[in-house]
Amino acid sequence: MESASRYIRQTSFPDFGPEGQARLQQAKVLIVGLGGLGVPVAQYLNAMGVGTLGLMDNDTIALHNLQRQVLYTENDIGKPKVSVAAQKLAAQNSNTRITTYANYLYPENALEIIKQYDLIVDATDNFGTRYLINDACVVLKKPFVYGALQGFEGQVAVFNYDDGPTYRCVFPDPPKAREIPNCNENGILGVLPGIIGTLQALEAVKVLSAKGQVLSGELLLFDGNTQQSRKIELEVNPKNKHITTLQPSYEIPACEIEVPVVNVTEFLQLSKDPRLQLIDVRNAEEFAVHAVPSAINIPLPQLVDKLSSIDFEVPVYFICQSGARSRSAVRIAQDFKPGAQVYSIEGGMTALPDPIKISV
Amino acid sequence: MTVLLFGVAKDIVGSPSLSIPTTTNGKRIPRTVGELRTFLGKSYPELEQLSSLAIAVNNAYAQDTKEINSYDEIALIPPVSGG
Repeated sequence: MESASRYIRQTSFPDFGPEGQARLQQAKVLIVGLGGLGVPVAQYLNAMGVGTLGLMDNDTIALHNLQRQVLYTENDIGKPKVSVAAQKLAAQNSNTRITTYANYLYPENALEIIKQYDLIVDATDNFGTRYLINDACVVLKKPFVYGALQGFEGQVAVFNYDDGPTYRCVFPDPPKAREIPNCNENGILGVLPGIIGTLQALEAVKVLSAKGQVLSGELLLFDGNTQQSRKIELEVNPKNKHITTLQPSYEIPACEIEVPVVNVTEFLQLSKDPRLQLIDVRNAEEFAVHAVPSAINIPLPQLVDKLSSIDFEVPVYFICQSGARSRSAVRIAQDFKPGAQVYSIEGGMTALPDPIKISV
Repeated sequence: MTVLLFGVAKDIVGSPSLSIPTTTNGKRIPRTVGELRTFLGKSYPELEQLSSLAIAVNNAYAQDTKEINSYDEIALIPPVSGG
């Protein structure tokens, strides 16, 4: 449906104008990932008149996607994301040329696909693909719009834009497995990817139309809890601009060194023993709200100074809210008394059934 | 000096910010970004083990050699992957 009035609200915006619109219509954008971030990116770029959109994802729609991936409905469950998205986007704007890739991005297909586009949007949910997108875009000298989130927080930046910094200039090396929690473990508030994805769409529009100030050379940190945004000024590390080939694989290998943990079931069994030595390493305020009654509170920052008060002749169990601080506590205790029996309660207080918090 | 914590750094420490004492009580005060990493790593080994942890001083990305002072605002920024 072609009509001069379709984009009048943005062509009449003086800072964008008809030339901004003409550039959007010439543009080709690849969106990698059609989940929480990719959905708002695709909807806005399509609505605003980007000429060609590539949609890439190999996932199918699941019921637990619907709280944040607002393009999909209950009737779409079980269907491939890219084909459902393509159908809905065609109904939204029939002028857009849409190409779908029902596949994930791999080192084998990345260069061939990315080279056909002007701009890439990283709307993925895993580190492996993020580093692959970065490296492929550096090899091909393409800019990409990065967006990622955890909990209430999001990060946005345009990387590899002209002489600007890349993702590796901020985070040189990929995390090892389990270093950083993912959405499956940590949960995700439905509206957060909507905000971060919409900010990515805004940056894509500025890059493509050559209008406005592109978020290059800076990393935006958004905190949805406090509604605070801050920008971190970045530096280019020249070696990161000189990638010429991709790595054979971007998969994150599983980690070898794990601290000893006990899971909730094991812990419930152990907790029947009244002599159990349980140390809660959360801060005093958290401990006051709810705690396992037999636990002793030693906040993590004070642990180093109070190790001598712990009896390492018997097993020591550390607990915190989620299991992260208690793992730190185990490492501190292992350094102090190598060979001692020290364990972290996996999942922490969050994982315990309610009665245990009052009945032990 | 104030250290703001983001992402998993906030989870590891269990608080959105930390205050680093700037007077001596026997411990060595961190004078560079690199020394701050080591200093924090003693209390929070998981922070030191992160493969990449960006540190900003007064909202600018800082190398480990960057000197820091008591009035600086430091931010620990780990990568996040959700989408």
